[in-house]
Amino acid sequence: MHGVITIAATEIRIGLRNRWIILSSLILLAFALILVLLGSAPGGEVKTDAVTVVVASLSTLSVYLVPLIALLLSFDAIAGEIDRGTLQLVLASPVSRGSVLVGKFLGHVAVLAIAVSFGYGIAGLVAFFANGGGEAVALIGVGRLIASSTILGATFIAIGYIASASVRQTGTAAALAIAIWLFAVVLYDLALLGGLLASQDGFFARTVFPWLLVFNPADAFRLYNMSAIDALAVGSNLGGAGSALPLSGLASMLSPVAWTAIGLGLSTFILKRVRP
Amino acid sequence: MTEIVKARNVSMKFKAVEALTDVSLDVSPGEQVALLGHNGAGKTTLFRLILGFIKPTAGSISIAGFAPGSDAARRVVSYLPEQVAFPKMLTGREVVRFYARLKGAAREDVQAVLDKVELVEAADRRVDTFSKGMRQRLGLAQALVGNPRLLLLDEPTSGLDPLSRQHFYELIADVSRRGCSVLLSSHGLSELEAKTDRVAILRKGRLVADGPLAELQHQADLPIRIRVRAAAGAVGSVHAEIGGGRINCASVELYCARGDKMRILSKISGLGTQVEDVDVASPTLDEVYRYFSNNGIEQIQRGEIQCTA
Repeated sequence: MHGVITIAATEIRIGLRNRWIILSSLILLAFALILVLLGSAPGGEVKTDAVTVVVASLSTLSVYLVPLIALLLSFDAIAGEIDRGTLQLVLASPVSRGSVLVGKFLGHVAVLAIAVSFGYGIAGLVAFFANGGGEAVALIGVGRLIASSTILGATFIAIGYIASASVRQTGTAAALAIAIWLFAVVLYDLALLGGLLASQDGFFARTVFPWLLVFNPADAFRLYNMSAIDALAVGSNLGGAGSALPLSGLASMLSPVAWTAIGLGLSTFILKRVRP
Repeated sequence: MTEIVKARNVSMKFKAVEALTDVSLDVSPGEQVALLGHNGAGKTTLFRLILGFIKPTAGSISIAGFAPGSDAARRVVSYLPEQVAFPKMLTGREVVRFYARLKGAAREDVQAVLDKVELVEAADRRVDTFSKGMRQRLGLAQALVGNPRLLLLDEPTSGLDPLSRQHFYELIADVSRRGCSVLLSSHGLSELEAKTDRVAILRKGRLVADGPLAELQHQADLPIRIRVRAAAGAVGSVHAEIGGGRINCASVELYCARGDKMRILSKISGLGTQVEDVDVASPTLDEVYRYFSNNGIEQIQRGEIQCTA
Protein backbone atom coordinates (compact mmCIF):
# COMPACT_ATOMS: atom_id res chain seq x y z
CA MET A 1 0.00 0.00 0.00
CA HIS A 2 2.90 2.27 0.84
CA GLY A 3 4.36 1.66 -2.60
CA VAL A 4 1.06 2.38 -4.36
CA ILE A 5 0.73 5.80 -2.74
CA THR A 6 4.38 6.68 -3.35
CA ILE A 7 4.20 5.77 -7.03
CA ALA A 8 0.86 7.55 -7.52
CA ALA A 9 2.11 10.72 -5.82
CA THR A 10 5.26 10.74 -7.96
CA GLU A 11 3.24 10.33 -11.16
CA ILE A 12 1.06 13.29 -10.21
CA ARG A 13 4.13 15.36 -9.38
CA ILE A 14 5.72 14.51 -12.73
CA GLY A 15 2.42 15.30 -14.48
CA LEU A 16 2.35 18.72 -12.87
CA ARG A 17 6.02 19.44 -13.51
CA ASN A 18 6.20 18.45 -17.15
CA ARG A 19 3.14 20.59 -17.82
CA TRP A 20 1.17 17.57 -18.97
CA ILE A 21 -1.80 18.63 -16.89
CA ILE A 22 -1.67 22.25 -18.01
CA LEU A 23 -1.26 21.32 -21.65
CA SER A 24 -4.11 18.83 -21.76
CA SER A 25 -6.35 21.16 -19.74
CA LEU A 26 -5.66 23.91 -22.25
CA ILE A 27 -6.38 21.65 -25.20
CA LEU A 28 -9.69 20.58 -23.67
CA LEU A 29 -10.52 24.15 -22.71
CA ALA A 30 -9.69 25.52 -26.17
CA PHE A 31 -11.91 23.00 -27.94
CA ALA A 32 -14.61 23.37 -25.33
CA LEU A 33 -14.65 27.16 -25.61
CA ILE A 34 -14.95 26.95 -29.39
CA LEU A 35 -17.98 24.71 -28.94
CA VAL A 36 -19.39 26.98 -26.25
CA LEU A 37 -19.11 30.06 -28.42
CA LEU A 38 -20.41 28.35 -31.55
CA GLY A 39 -23.07 26.43 -29.68
CA SER A 40 -24.58 29.40 -27.90
CA ALA A 41 -26.12 30.81 -31.07
CA PRO A 42 -28.65 28.05 -31.77
CA GLY A 43 -29.08 27.18 -28.13
CA GLY A 44 -30.15 30.66 -27.16
CA GLU A 45 -33.49 30.52 -28.96
CA VAL A 46 -34.93 27.20 -27.87
CA LYS A 47 -36.19 26.20 -24.48
CA THR A 48 -33.25 23.98 -23.70
CA ASP A 49 -30.65 25.38 -21.39
CA ALA A 50 -27.58 26.66 -23.24
CA VAL A 51 -25.26 24.82 -20.83
CA THR A 52 -27.01 21.55 -21.59
CA VAL A 53 -26.41 22.03 -25.29
CA VAL A 54 -22.78 22.71 -24.57
CA VAL A 55 -22.55 19.57 -22.45
CA ALA A 56 -23.97 17.59 -25.36
CA SER A 57 -21.31 19.00 -27.66
CA LEU A 58 -18.57 18.45 -25.12
CA SER A 59 -19.48 14.81 -24.62
CA THR A 60 -18.94 14.25 -28.34
CA LEU A 61 -15.62 16.04 -28.03
CA SER A 62 -14.73 13.82 -25.07
CA VAL A 63 -15.19 10.67 -27.10
CA TYR A 64 -12.27 11.72 -29.28
CA LEU A 65 -10.01 13.76 -27.03
CA VAL A 66 -10.17 12.01 -23.66
CA PRO A 67 -9.10 8.56 -24.93
CA LEU A 68 -6.28 10.25 -26.83
CA ILE A 69 -5.03 12.12 -23.77
CA ALA A 70 -5.38 8.95 -21.68
CA LEU A 71 -3.38 6.84 -24.12
CA LEU A 72 -0.69 9.51 -24.40
CA LEU A 73 -0.41 9.43 -20.61
CA SER A 74 -0.16 5.68 -20.33
CA PHE A 75 1.75 4.35 -23.34
CA ASP A 76 5.09 5.29 -21.73
CA ALA A 77 4.27 3.84 -18.30
CA ILE A 78 6.05 0.49 -18.60
CA ALA A 79 7.97 0.55 -21.91
CA GLY A 80 9.42 3.97 -21.11
CA GLU A 81 10.57 2.89 -17.68
CA ILE A 82 12.22 -0.19 -19.15
CA ASP A 83 13.92 2.08 -21.70
CA ARG A 84 15.21 4.42 -19.03
CA GLY A 85 16.22 1.67 -16.62
CA THR A 86 14.03 2.90 -13.80
CA LEU A 87 11.66 -0.09 -13.88
CA GLN A 88 14.56 -2.33 -12.82
CA LEU A 89 15.16 -0.08 -9.85
CA VAL A 90 11.52 -0.12 -8.82
CA LEU A 91 11.26 -3.88 -9.26
CA ALA A 92 14.50 -4.40 -7.33
CA SER A 93 12.82 -2.78 -4.32
CA PRO A 94 10.31 -4.76 -2.28
CA VAL A 95 7.22 -3.59 -4.18
CA SER A 96 4.90 -6.00 -5.96
CA ARG A 97 4.39 -5.55 -9.67
CA GLY A 98 0.66 -5.23 -9.14
CA SER A 99 1.24 -2.31 -6.77
CA VAL A 100 3.46 -0.62 -9.35
CA LEU A 101 0.68 -0.73 -11.90
CA VAL A 102 -2.08 0.30 -9.52
CA GLY A 103 0.07 3.18 -8.25
CA LYS A 104 0.69 4.41 -11.77
CA PHE A 105 -2.98 4.01 -12.61
CA LEU A 106 -4.16 6.08 -9.65
CA GLY A 107 -1.59 8.75 -10.45
CA HIS A 108 -2.48 8.94 -14.12
CA VAL A 109 -6.22 8.97 -13.45
CA ALA A 110 -5.69 11.83 -11.00
CA VAL A 111 -3.69 13.74 -13.63
CA LEU A 112 -6.44 13.20 -16.18
CA ALA A 113 -9.19 14.09 -13.72
CA ILE A 114 -7.49 17.39 -12.91
CA ALA A 115 -7.09 18.21 -16.60
CA VAL A 116 -10.70 17.35 -17.45
CA SER A 117 -12.04 19.22 -14.43
CA PHE A 118 -10.15 22.37 -15.35
CA GLY A 119 -10.88 22.23 -19.06
CA TYR A 120 -14.58 21.39 -18.88
CA GLY A 121 -15.18 23.17 -15.60
CA ILE A 122 -14.03 26.51 -16.95
CA ALA A 123 -15.85 25.97 -20.25
CA GLY A 124 -19.04 25.04 -18.36
CA LEU A 125 -18.84 28.13 -16.19
CA VAL A 126 -18.22 30.32 -19.22
CA ALA A 127 -21.30 28.87 -20.93
CA PHE A 128 -23.31 29.29 -17.75
CA PHE A 129 -22.50 32.95 -17.25
CA ALA A 130 -22.31 33.89 -20.94
CA ASN A 131 -25.99 33.03 -21.11
CA GLY A 132 -26.81 35.14 -18.09
CA GLY A 133 -26.91 32.21 -15.75
CA GLY A 134 -29.70 29.69 -15.78
CA GLU A 135 -30.88 26.71 -13.86
CA ALA A 136 -28.22 25.33 -11.56
CA VAL A 137 -29.26 21.83 -12.62
CA ALA A 138 -27.42 22.47 -15.89
CA LEU A 139 -24.17 22.64 -13.92
CA ILE A 140 -24.85 19.16 -12.61
CA GLY A 141 -24.67 18.14 -16.26
CA VAL A 142 -21.15 19.55 -16.41
CA GLY A 143 -20.22 17.59 -13.30
CA ARG A 144 -21.64 14.41 -14.81
CA LEU A 145 -19.64 15.03 -17.97
CA ILE A 146 -16.44 15.51 -15.98
CA ALA A 147 -17.05 12.36 -13.94
CA SER A 148 -17.93 10.18 -16.91
CA SER A 149 -15.03 11.58 -18.96
CA THR A 150 -12.69 10.64 -16.14
CA ILE A 151 -14.05 7.10 -16.15
CA LEU A 152 -13.65 6.95 -19.92
CA GLY A 153 -10.10 8.23 -19.52
CA ALA A 154 -9.35 5.64 -16.82
CA THR A 155 -10.47 2.94 -19.26
CA PHE A 156 -8.06 4.02 -21.94
CA ILE A 157 -5.26 4.52 -19.42
CA ALA A 158 -5.69 0.89 -18.38
CA ILE A 159 -5.85 -0.25 -22.02
CA GLY A 160 -2.74 1.83 -22.75
CA TYR A 161 -0.86 -0.13 -20.07
CA ILE A 162 -1.51 -3.33 -22.00
CA ALA A 163 0.23 -1.77 -25.00
CA SER A 164 3.02 -0.42 -22.82
CA ALA A 165 3.68 -3.70 -21.02
CA SER A 166 3.58 -5.79 -24.20
CA VAL A 167 6.52 -4.13 -25.95
CA ARG A 168 9.98 -3.07 -24.85
CA GLN A 169 10.38 0.08 -26.95
CA THR A 170 8.60 3.31 -26.19
CA GLY A 171 8.20 4.05 -29.90
CA THR A 172 6.38 0.77 -30.52
CA ALA A 173 4.16 1.40 -27.52
CA ALA A 174 3.28 4.84 -28.90
CA ALA A 175 2.36 3.38 -32.27
CA LEU A 176 0.20 0.75 -30.56
CA ALA A 177 -1.53 3.42 -28.50
CA ILE A 178 -2.39 5.47 -31.59
CA ALA A 179 -3.67 2.33 -33.32
CA ILE A 180 -5.91 1.56 -30.34
CA TRP A 181 -7.28 5.10 -30.38
CA LEU A 182 -7.92 5.05 -34.12
CA PHE A 183 -9.70 1.73 -33.89
CA ALA A 184 -11.79 2.44 -30.81
CA VAL A 185 -13.06 5.92 -31.59
CA VAL A 186 -12.97 6.16 -35.40
CA LEU A 187 -12.85 2.86 -37.26
CA TYR A 188 -15.17 0.98 -34.91
CA ASP A 189 -18.01 3.47 -35.43
CA LEU A 190 -17.44 3.50 -39.16
CA ALA A 191 -17.67 -0.29 -39.22
CA LEU A 192 -20.92 -0.20 -37.23
CA LEU A 193 -22.32 2.39 -39.60
CA GLY A 194 -21.35 0.19 -42.52
CA GLY A 195 -23.11 -2.73 -40.87
CA LEU A 196 -26.28 -0.69 -40.44
CA LEU A 197 -26.24 0.33 -44.09
CA ALA A 198 -25.48 -3.16 -45.37
CA SER A 199 -28.21 -4.90 -43.42
CA GLN A 200 -31.28 -3.35 -45.02
CA ASP A 201 -33.88 -5.44 -43.20
CA GLY A 202 -32.85 -3.95 -39.86
CA PHE A 203 -31.94 -7.31 -38.40
CA PHE A 204 -28.42 -6.13 -37.61
CA ALA A 205 -29.73 -2.91 -36.09
CA ARG A 206 -32.08 -4.81 -33.77
CA THR A 207 -29.87 -7.67 -32.61
CA VAL A 208 -26.11 -7.30 -32.78
CA PHE A 209 -25.76 -3.55 -33.15
CA PRO A 210 -26.90 -2.49 -29.66
CA TRP A 211 -24.51 -4.97 -28.07
CA LEU A 212 -21.64 -3.88 -30.27
CA LEU A 213 -22.40 -0.29 -29.34
CA VAL A 214 -22.16 -0.81 -25.59
CA PHE A 215 -19.21 -3.15 -26.10
CA ASN A 216 -17.06 -0.19 -27.11
CA PRO A 217 -16.36 1.93 -23.99
CA ALA A 218 -16.26 5.14 -26.02
CA ASP A 219 -19.69 4.50 -27.54
CA ALA A 220 -21.06 3.43 -24.17
CA PHE A 221 -19.83 6.73 -22.75
CA ARG A 222 -21.60 8.63 -25.53
CA LEU A 223 -24.80 6.65 -24.90
CA TYR A 224 -24.72 7.46 -21.22
CA ASN A 225 -24.26 11.18 -21.74
CA MET A 226 -26.85 11.37 -24.51
CA SER A 227 -29.47 9.52 -22.51
CA ALA A 228 -28.76 11.71 -19.51
CA ILE A 229 -29.22 14.79 -21.65
CA ASP A 230 -32.33 13.22 -23.15
CA ALA A 231 -33.82 13.28 -19.71
CA LEU A 232 -33.44 17.02 -19.90
CA ALA A 233 -35.26 16.87 -23.25
CA VAL A 234 -32.78 18.17 -25.75
CA GLY A 235 -33.54 15.31 -28.03
CA SER A 236 -30.86 13.41 -29.84
CA ASN A 237 -31.12 10.64 -32.34
CA LEU A 238 -28.59 8.41 -30.67
CA GLY A 239 -30.14 8.68 -27.25
CA GLY A 240 -33.55 8.08 -28.75
CA ALA A 241 -32.60 4.50 -29.39
CA GLY A 242 -31.89 4.10 -25.72
CA SER A 243 -34.91 1.96 -24.99
CA ALA A 244 -33.72 -0.70 -27.45
CA LEU A 245 -30.29 -0.97 -25.89
CA PRO A 246 -29.19 -3.81 -23.61
CA LEU A 247 -27.79 -1.31 -21.15
CA SER A 248 -29.34 2.08 -20.81
CA GLY A 249 -28.62 5.17 -18.77
CA LEU A 250 -26.10 4.81 -16.01
CA ALA A 251 -25.82 1.06 -16.67
CA SER A 252 -24.08 1.73 -19.99
CA MET A 253 -21.13 3.08 -17.97
CA LEU A 254 -20.61 -0.54 -16.87
CA SER A 255 -18.85 -1.05 -20.19
CA PRO A 256 -15.94 1.37 -19.55
CA VAL A 257 -15.72 0.17 -15.94
CA ALA A 258 -15.50 -3.45 -17.07
CA TRP A 259 -12.87 -2.53 -19.67
CA THR A 260 -10.85 -0.75 -17.00
CA ALA A 261 -10.82 -3.90 -14.90
CA ILE A 262 -9.86 -6.00 -17.93
CA GLY A 263 -7.11 -3.55 -18.87
CA LEU A 264 -5.61 -3.49 -15.38
CA GLY A 265 -5.88 -7.25 -14.98
CA LEU A 266 -4.33 -8.02 -18.33
CA SER A 267 -1.51 -5.50 -18.02
CA THR A 268 -0.66 -6.78 -14.52
CA PHE A 269 -0.60 -10.29 -15.95
CA ILE A 270 1.78 -9.20 -18.72
CA LEU A 271 3.94 -7.12 -16.36
CA LYS A 272 4.44 -10.14 -14.12
CA ARG A 273 6.04 -11.88 -17.06
CA VAL A 274 8.29 -8.99 -18.04
CA ARG A 275 11.96 -9.76 -17.48
CA PRO A 276 13.58 -6.36 -17.06
CA MET B 1 28.31 -16.74 8.77
CA THR B 2 25.91 -16.85 5.84
CA GLU B 3 27.18 -15.69 2.51
CA ILE B 4 25.33 -12.71 1.08
CA VAL B 5 25.48 -14.16 -2.40
CA LYS B 6 25.82 -17.87 -2.89
CA ALA B 7 25.71 -18.97 -6.52
CA ARG B 8 26.22 -22.66 -7.23
CA ASN B 9 26.80 -24.06 -10.72
CA VAL B 10 24.55 -21.45 -12.27
CA SER B 11 23.79 -21.68 -15.97
CA MET B 12 21.56 -19.38 -17.94
CA LYS B 13 20.44 -20.04 -21.45
CA PHE B 14 18.50 -17.59 -23.61
CA LYS B 15 17.07 -19.46 -26.58
CA ALA B 16 20.25 -20.22 -28.52
CA VAL B 17 22.67 -18.21 -26.41
CA GLU B 18 24.41 -19.67 -23.39
CA ALA B 19 24.87 -16.51 -21.33
CA LEU B 20 26.31 -18.19 -18.23
CA THR B 21 27.81 -21.66 -17.86
CA ASP B 22 28.38 -23.35 -14.53
CA VAL B 23 29.23 -20.24 -12.55
CA SER B 24 29.82 -20.54 -8.80
CA LEU B 25 30.51 -17.37 -6.87
CA ASP B 26 30.28 -16.34 -3.23
CA VAL B 27 30.22 -12.89 -1.73
CA SER B 28 30.77 -12.64 2.02
CA PRO B 29 29.38 -9.88 4.25
CA GLY B 30 31.42 -6.70 3.88
CA GLU B 31 33.41 -8.05 0.96
CA GLN B 32 34.03 -6.09 -2.22
CA VAL B 33 34.10 -8.19 -5.35
CA ALA B 34 34.74 -6.90 -8.84
CA LEU B 35 33.18 -8.80 -11.70
CA LEU B 36 35.12 -8.29 -14.91
CA GLY B 37 34.51 -9.30 -18.46
CA HIS B 38 34.00 -8.05 -21.99
CA ASN B 39 30.64 -6.81 -23.16
CA GLY B 40 28.40 -9.84 -23.38
CA ALA B 41 30.52 -11.95 -21.04
CA GLY B 42 27.50 -12.42 -18.76
CA LYS B 43 28.01 -9.79 -16.06
CA THR B 44 24.59 -8.18 -16.38
CA THR B 45 22.96 -11.60 -16.72
CA LEU B 46 24.45 -12.61 -13.37
CA PHE B 47 23.10 -9.39 -11.84
CA ARG B 48 19.64 -10.04 -13.22
CA LEU B 49 19.76 -13.53 -11.74
CA ILE B 50 20.78 -12.17 -8.34
CA LEU B 51 17.91 -9.68 -8.52
CA GLY B 52 15.52 -12.47 -9.40
CA PHE B 53 14.42 -10.84 -12.67
CA ILE B 54 15.26 -14.08 -14.43
CA LYS B 55 15.54 -17.65 -13.18
CA PRO B 56 18.64 -19.75 -13.86
CA THR B 57 18.18 -22.67 -16.25
CA ALA B 58 20.46 -24.72 -13.98
CA GLY B 59 22.05 -24.32 -10.57
CA SER B 60 20.93 -22.26 -7.64
CA ILE B 61 21.38 -18.80 -6.15
CA SER B 62 20.55 -17.58 -2.70
CA ILE B 63 20.71 -14.05 -1.33
CA ALA B 64 21.46 -14.07 2.40
CA GLY B 65 19.66 -17.39 2.46
CA PHE B 66 16.58 -16.14 0.60
CA ALA B 67 15.39 -16.88 -2.92
CA PRO B 68 16.32 -14.11 -5.40
CA GLY B 69 13.38 -11.82 -6.12
CA SER B 70 11.54 -12.70 -2.90
CA ASP B 71 10.53 -9.76 -0.72
CA ALA B 72 13.13 -10.74 1.88
CA ALA B 73 15.88 -10.90 -0.75
CA ARG B 74 14.81 -7.58 -2.26
CA ARG B 75 15.19 -5.98 1.14
CA VAL B 76 18.80 -7.15 1.20
CA VAL B 77 19.87 -6.02 -2.28
CA SER B 78 20.21 -2.57 -3.78
CA TYR B 79 20.86 -2.12 -7.45
CA LEU B 80 22.40 0.48 -9.70
CA PRO B 81 21.97 -0.40 -13.39
CA GLU B 82 24.55 0.58 -15.97
CA GLN B 83 22.25 3.09 -17.52
CA VAL B 84 19.47 4.77 -15.67
CA ALA B 85 17.69 8.01 -16.48
CA PHE B 86 15.78 9.36 -13.52
CA PRO B 87 12.70 11.51 -14.25
CA LYS B 88 14.15 14.83 -15.38
CA MET B 89 11.41 16.84 -13.77
CA LEU B 90 12.13 15.61 -10.26
CA THR B 91 14.79 17.00 -7.95
CA GLY B 92 17.61 14.86 -6.64
CA ARG B 93 16.01 14.74 -3.23
CA GLU B 94 12.64 13.67 -4.65
CA VAL B 95 14.29 10.82 -6.57
CA VAL B 96 16.05 9.51 -3.47
CA ARG B 97 12.93 9.98 -1.35
CA PHE B 98 10.91 7.99 -3.88
CA TYR B 99 13.20 4.95 -3.65
CA ALA B 100 13.54 5.39 0.11
CA ARG B 101 9.78 5.06 0.47
CA LEU B 102 9.62 2.06 -1.82
CA LYS B 103 12.27 0.40 0.33
CA GLY B 104 10.55 1.47 3.52
CA ALA B 105 13.61 3.42 4.66
CA ALA B 106 13.48 6.06 7.36
CA ARG B 107 12.95 9.70 6.39
CA GLU B 108 16.29 10.83 7.82
CA ASP B 109 18.02 8.30 5.62
CA VAL B 110 17.43 10.48 2.55
CA GLN B 111 19.42 13.37 3.93
CA ALA B 112 22.11 11.01 5.20
CA VAL B 113 22.79 9.39 1.84
CA LEU B 114 22.64 12.71 -0.02
CA ASP B 115 25.24 13.94 2.42
CA LYS B 116 27.34 10.84 1.87
CA VAL B 117 27.45 11.26 -1.91
CA GLU B 118 27.95 15.03 -1.53
CA LEU B 119 24.78 16.04 -3.29
CA VAL B 120 23.23 18.04 -0.48
CA GLU B 121 23.73 21.40 -2.18
CA ALA B 122 22.37 20.20 -5.51
CA ALA B 123 19.61 18.06 -3.96
CA ASP B 124 16.84 20.54 -4.63
CA ARG B 125 17.77 21.09 -8.24
CA ARG B 126 16.14 19.16 -11.04
CA VAL B 127 17.91 16.05 -12.24
CA ASP B 128 18.17 17.42 -15.80
CA THR B 129 20.63 20.03 -14.58
CA PHE B 130 22.94 17.36 -13.13
CA SER B 131 26.29 16.46 -14.67
CA LYS B 132 27.14 12.86 -15.53
CA GLY B 133 29.14 12.44 -12.34
CA MET B 134 26.31 13.88 -10.23
CA ARG B 135 23.78 11.56 -11.85
CA GLN B 136 26.00 8.61 -11.08
CA ARG B 137 26.28 9.74 -7.46
CA LEU B 138 22.51 10.17 -7.35
CA GLY B 139 22.22 6.61 -8.59
CA LEU B 140 24.51 5.50 -5.80
CA ALA B 141 22.51 7.52 -3.25
CA GLN B 142 19.37 5.75 -4.41
CA ALA B 143 21.14 2.41 -3.96
CA LEU B 144 22.54 3.28 -0.54
CA VAL B 145 19.26 4.39 0.97
CA GLY B 146 17.72 1.89 3.34
CA ASN B 147 21.00 0.33 4.48
CA PRO B 148 21.19 -2.57 2.03
CA ARG B 149 23.40 -5.54 2.85
CA LEU B 150 24.45 -5.99 -0.76
CA LEU B 151 25.15 -3.32 -3.35
CA LEU B 152 24.96 -4.46 -6.96
CA LEU B 153 26.64 -1.91 -9.18
CA ASP B 154 26.66 -2.48 -12.93
CA GLU B 155 29.62 -0.65 -14.45
CA PRO B 156 29.29 2.21 -12.01
CA THR B 157 32.38 4.08 -13.13
CA SER B 158 32.17 3.84 -16.91
CA GLY B 159 32.22 7.30 -18.40
CA LEU B 160 33.41 8.99 -15.24
CA ASP B 161 36.53 11.12 -15.21
CA PRO B 162 39.44 9.75 -13.12
CA LEU B 163 38.78 12.08 -10.21
CA SER B 164 35.08 11.19 -9.96
CA ARG B 165 36.00 7.55 -10.33
CA GLN B 166 38.42 7.74 -7.45
CA HIS B 167 35.81 9.49 -5.37
CA PHE B 168 33.30 6.79 -6.27
CA TYR B 169 35.61 4.04 -5.03
CA GLU B 170 36.23 5.92 -1.80
CA LEU B 171 32.49 5.99 -1.21
CA ILE B 172 32.17 2.30 -1.91
CA ALA B 173 35.09 1.48 0.39
CA ASP B 174 33.38 3.48 3.10
CA VAL B 175 30.15 1.57 2.61
CA SER B 176 31.84 -1.81 2.75
CA ARG B 177 33.65 -0.85 5.94
CA ARG B 178 30.23 -0.66 7.51
CA GLY B 179 29.59 -4.27 6.60
CA CYS B 180 27.77 -3.86 3.28
CA SER B 181 28.92 -6.25 0.57
CA VAL B 182 29.63 -4.79 -2.84
CA LEU B 183 29.51 -6.65 -6.13
CA LEU B 184 30.42 -4.38 -9.00
CA SER B 185 31.13 -5.00 -12.64
CA SER B 186 33.69 -3.30 -14.79
CA HIS B 187 35.26 -3.51 -18.22
CA GLY B 188 38.83 -3.75 -17.09
CA LEU B 189 41.13 -4.13 -14.16
CA SER B 190 42.86 -0.81 -14.69
CA GLU B 191 39.59 0.99 -14.15
CA LEU B 192 39.24 -0.66 -10.76
CA GLU B 193 42.66 0.59 -9.71
CA ALA B 194 42.94 -2.48 -7.50
CA LYS B 195 40.34 -1.14 -5.11
CA THR B 196 38.43 -4.34 -4.45
CA ASP B 197 39.19 -7.29 -2.21
CA ARG B 198 38.56 -9.86 -4.88
CA VAL B 199 38.35 -10.05 -8.63
CA ALA B 200 36.21 -12.47 -10.61
CA ILE B 201 36.60 -12.62 -14.35
CA LEU B 202 33.93 -13.91 -16.72
CA ARG B 203 34.79 -15.04 -20.21
CA LYS B 204 31.97 -16.04 -22.53
CA GLY B 205 29.77 -16.94 -19.58
CA ARG B 206 32.38 -18.93 -17.69
CA LEU B 207 34.16 -17.88 -14.54
CA VAL B 208 37.85 -18.05 -15.48
CA ALA B 209 39.37 -16.39 -12.44
CA ASP B 210 38.29 -15.67 -8.89
CA GLY B 211 40.67 -14.42 -6.27
CA PRO B 212 42.54 -11.47 -4.79
CA LEU B 213 44.37 -9.38 -7.36
CA ALA B 214 47.87 -10.39 -6.16
CA GLU B 215 46.91 -14.02 -6.49
CA LEU B 216 45.67 -13.50 -10.03
CA GLN B 217 48.90 -11.74 -10.95
CA HIS B 218 50.80 -14.67 -9.55
CA GLN B 219 48.56 -17.16 -11.33
CA ALA B 220 48.91 -15.46 -14.68
CA ASP B 221 52.70 -15.44 -14.28
CA LEU B 222 53.11 -12.97 -17.09
CA PRO B 223 56.63 -12.14 -18.24
CA ILE B 224 58.39 -9.07 -16.98
CA ARG B 225 59.65 -6.62 -19.53
CA ILE B 226 63.20 -5.37 -19.25
CA ARG B 227 64.32 -2.56 -21.48
CA VAL B 228 67.96 -1.69 -21.67
CA ARG B 229 69.27 1.50 -23.21
CA ALA B 230 72.76 0.93 -24.46
CA ALA B 231 75.56 3.48 -24.57
CA ALA B 232 76.36 4.97 -27.96
CA GLY B 233 77.50 2.33 -30.39
CA ALA B 234 77.19 -0.51 -27.88
CA VAL B 235 73.69 -1.68 -28.78
CA GLY B 236 75.00 -4.50 -30.93
CA SER B 237 77.18 -6.00 -28.23
CA VAL B 238 74.49 -5.58 -25.55
CA HIS B 239 72.03 -7.38 -27.80
CA ALA B 240 74.49 -10.16 -28.42
CA GLU B 241 75.07 -10.55 -24.70
CA ILE B 242 71.52 -10.58 -23.28
CA GLY B 243 69.38 -11.49 -26.31
CA GLY B 244 65.87 -10.16 -26.73
CA GLY B 245 64.88 -7.75 -29.45
CA ARG B 246 66.24 -4.46 -30.60
CA ILE B 247 63.44 -1.91 -30.53
CA ASN B 248 65.41 0.99 -31.92
CA CYS B 249 68.98 1.92 -32.53
CA ALA B 250 69.77 2.38 -28.88
CA SER B 251 67.60 -0.05 -26.89
CA VAL B 252 67.15 -3.75 -26.38
CA GLU B 253 63.95 -5.19 -24.94
CA LEU B 254 63.43 -8.63 -23.54
CA TYR B 255 60.78 -10.52 -21.60
CA CYS B 256 61.58 -12.93 -18.85
CA ALA B 257 59.73 -15.03 -16.32
CA ARG B 258 59.63 -13.70 -12.80
CA GLY B 259 62.09 -16.28 -11.60
CA ASP B 260 64.67 -15.20 -14.13
CA LYS B 261 64.47 -11.52 -13.37
CA MET B 262 67.36 -11.24 -10.92
CA ARG B 263 69.66 -13.41 -12.98
CA ILE B 264 69.18 -11.25 -16.06
CA LEU B 265 69.47 -8.04 -14.12
CA SER B 266 72.80 -9.07 -12.67
CA LYS B 267 73.97 -9.96 -16.16
CA ILE B 268 72.98 -6.51 -17.34
CA SER B 269 74.78 -4.85 -14.50
CA GLY B 270 77.82 -6.87 -15.46
CA LEU B 271 77.90 -5.07 -18.81
CA GLY B 272 79.10 -1.97 -16.99
CA THR B 273 79.36 1.22 -19.03
CA GLN B 274 77.85 -0.36 -22.12
CA VAL B 275 74.46 0.14 -20.45
CA GLU B 276 73.08 3.60 -19.95
CA ASP B 277 69.74 2.83 -18.33
CA VAL B 278 67.52 -0.11 -17.36
CA ASP B 279 63.74 -0.08 -17.12
CA VAL B 280 61.90 -2.98 -15.51
CA ALA B 281 58.11 -3.19 -15.95
CA SER B 282 55.86 -5.67 -14.21
CA PRO B 283 52.75 -6.72 -16.13
CA THR B 284 50.06 -4.06 -15.94
CA LEU B 285 46.59 -4.77 -14.57
CA ASP B 286 45.28 -4.56 -18.10
CA GLU B 287 47.68 -7.25 -19.24
CA VAL B 288 46.64 -9.52 -16.38
CA TYR B 289 43.01 -8.94 -17.29
CA ARG B 290 43.69 -9.59 -20.98
CA TYR B 291 45.45 -12.80 -20.05
CA PHE B 292 42.37 -14.17 -18.27
CA SER B 293 39.66 -12.73 -20.44
CA ASN B 294 41.34 -14.00 -23.62
CA ASN B 295 42.74 -17.16 -22.02
CA GLY B 296 46.26 -16.13 -22.84
CA ILE B 297 45.65 -16.69 -26.54
CA GLU B 298 46.63 -13.17 -27.34
CA GLN B 299 50.31 -12.94 -26.72
CA ILE B 300 51.58 -9.86 -25.04
CA GLN B 301 52.92 -7.83 -27.88
CA ARG B 302 56.64 -7.83 -28.22
CA GLY B 303 57.60 -5.59 -31.05
CA GLU B 304 60.86 -5.99 -32.84
CA ILE B 305 61.71 -3.11 -35.01
CA GLN B 306 64.63 -3.42 -37.36
CA CYS B 307 67.31 -0.86 -37.01
CA THR B 308 67.80 1.03 -40.19
CA ALA B 309 70.64 3.24 -39.18
